[in-house]
Amino acid sequence: MKSRHKRMVFIAVGLVALGGAVALILNALNSNINHFFSPTEVHADAAPKDRSFRLGGLVEVGSIQREDDGLTVHFRVTDNAETVPVVYTGILPDLFREGEGVVAQGKIDNEGVFHADEVLAKHDETYMPPEVAEALEKAEQAKLEQAKAASAVESSVVKPLTQPQEGI
Amino acid sequence: MFNLFKFASPATFYPLAGRLAMGFGIASAILLAIGLYMSFFVAPTDYKQGEGYRIMFIHVPAAWMSMLIYVVMACWAAAGMIWHTRLSSMMASSLAPTGAMFTFIALWTGALWGKPMWGAWWVWDARLTSELILLFLYIGFMALESAIDDPRRAARASGLLALVGVVNVPIIYYSVQWWNTLHQGSSIKIVDGGVESSMSEIMVWTLLVMTFACWFYTIAVALCRVRSIILEREANTSWVKELLQGAKS
Repeated sequence: MKSRHKRMVFIAVGLVALGGAVALILNALNSNINHFFSPTEVHADAAPKDRSFRLGGLVEVGSIQREDDGLTVHFRVTDNAETVPVVYTGILPDLFREGEGVVAQGKIDNEGVFHADEVLAKHDETYMPPEVAEALEKAEQAKLEQAKAASAVESSVVKPLTQPQEGI
Repeated sequence: MFNLFKFASPATFYPLAGRLAMGFGIASAILLAIGLYMSFFVAPTDYKQGEGYRIMFIHVPAAWMSMLIYVVMACWAAAGMIWHTRLSSMMASSLAPTGAMFTFIALWTGALWGKPMWGAWWVWDARLTSELILLFLYIGFMALESAIDDPRRAARASGLLALVGVVNVPIIYYSVQWWNTLHQGSSIKIVDGGVESSMSEIMVWTLLVMTFACWFYTIAVALCRVRSIILEREANTSWVKELLQGAKS
């Protein structure tokens, strides 16, 4: 084996060993690296009870209620499996909307209500012009109505599929 | 036969680097002009973030370059350790300042983007924190290299740091997949050998033009910098003396 081959192997083995060590460390620290807990984790008591943590999920559609002072807002955070009610007093970011992602920092009380000190909006990685978004929504709506019509014919029981939505 | 290793010698690489730097510099300027025009006037408004998302066209290329430059730098450092070529460590140190600059741009534009959209300049999530560590790695590399007087020992020490730090790059890239982060996922991903994107096509093209502008800029600047490093380290050799005499007369 030539000495430069030796050095090559030495560097390769070193990098693999280092990579393995880092992977083990990151795996052990997994719960600390996660930025937030989901509502399901909160319901499963995985989130700390006595200290502040971050709660992440989607703002449930139709759940936003504002108090008369104009600053306090009640809403529910959902991951489409469980929901957690949240109360927050303060200014919300621009992207805080129903059905959009949110990360709130705060504490949960004994009744299961999350008192947030800070609310951040989490947006996804989709970018498109408004016309395209509109067209997609229309297509989605048409699909829903088609499904609704089909199910109405099948079961001959007409049920409202969409919940009544409250305005913001 | 064309011999690539001929250019591993600083004396032959010096004039070649000058010509290449000029070419890449011009290409970068043209692409940057096209890319900026596309960023501001051609790419459409976003349905959710309005005009604010346009900062992405500098944020994303800068973040990509910060990771790519680090990997290239680590490869040069490894090559220097394996073959003991003088030029390799010079290439590694010529890339570091540009890499640090792109890392800083990615962090800074990210803060400017995060404040209006998320509601915070900075959060300690996995993506942001690992990118900050990358900035410290670049700074550490430059500091370590300049702290040791003997160029060969400096190259060995800083090269080792560059190699160790390379484990951070996949962590940055996959942080948004491995953990819950406030930072959104990747809009352009490689899935099963194909490329998938959740952006409109014109936005992807704008990003690509800006990325190539940054890429060519990096090559041009790194080559200019490596020319200076070559002159400095080879100052006592006959070819540099001849070059300087030629410049004087």
